Amino acid sequence: MKAQVHVKLKSGVLDPQGLAISKSLQSLGYDGIVSVRQGKVFDIEINGVDEKAAESMLKEVSSKLLANTVIEDFEVRVL
Amino acid sequence: MKIGIVVFPGSNCDRDCLRAVKNVTGASVFFLWHKETTLKGADAVILPGGFSYGDYLRCGAIAKFSPVMREVIVAAEKGMPVLGICNGFQILTEAGLLPGVLMRNRSLHFICKDVFVRLENTKTAFTRKGRKNKAYRIPIAHMEGCYFISAEGLKGLEDNNQIVFRYVDAKGNATREANPNGSVENIAGITNTKGNVVGLMPHPERVCEEVLNGTDGRFFFESLG
Repeated sequence: MKAQVHVKLKSGVLDPQGLAISKSLQSLGYDGIVSVRQGKVFDIEINGVDEKAAESMLKEVSSKLLANTVIEDFEVRVL
Repeated sequence: MKIGIVVFPGSNCDRDCLRAVKNVTGASVFFLWHKETTLKGADAVILPGGFSYGDYLRCGAIAKFSPVMREVIVAAEKGMPVLGICNGFQILTEAGLLPGVLMRNRSLHFICKDVFVRLENTKTAFTRKGRKNKAYRIPIAHMEGCYFISAEGLKGLEDNNQIVFRYVDAKGNATREANPNGSVENIAGITNTKGNVVGLMPHPERVCEEVLNGTDGRFFFESLG
């Protein structure tokens, strides 16, 4: 089974990297781009558990390790 | 007094800390490899600067699960003094021993320079011998030193007198220009509510001898005695 965990900064938390990327895109002439927020995607392979168990396990590992919930939100997607 | 200095793969200020503690306090000081399952009788522990586990995922995120950290967390919760310097501070926040988080510097640059920090709390295990409101000159060297905490969390820090250091100018004023990394309210170091756990981004161990161009860091280690 394959799954993804998406981790992104909570809204309101300053993202200087996203800001730098957005400024860079604007300087390349992509005027329509208003803002960029940078996040992380984890591609994960799982064996031996059903979809429901996989989801609950990934929620646990996300809050324990993959995301710092002080500043980040996460979303688990079982593919 | 026995002082343990934790060494993670990627720590690079462990020897500086050992030398500073030995020279300043004369206490028995030893390294604690990250795989240790006891603190070998240490009365206080220092988490030094560096790049534990290559800073993979987030600074300090992987270090918090190392075997030695399990012991550090238990001992800290019982009141043992624990000092986290730079990467050590990042580890303490990831481990939940200190609130908030350290993020990428607002400038996105690695910053290595001397700064002034004002000591605001002399009740902690590592600042008892310092002078309140004095601006100390201590170097910083980090990429992820921008301290962030929610508005509610910040109020908690202020109400409980948990802010230990703020970045200031040479006159002791916490101005925007004196804030090197974008930290909330110029925060450079904090403590827990009990005052036994302290984390800061500046490196006091680098300014403990005249030959190293400063002695403003000595009071941290003198406070242990």
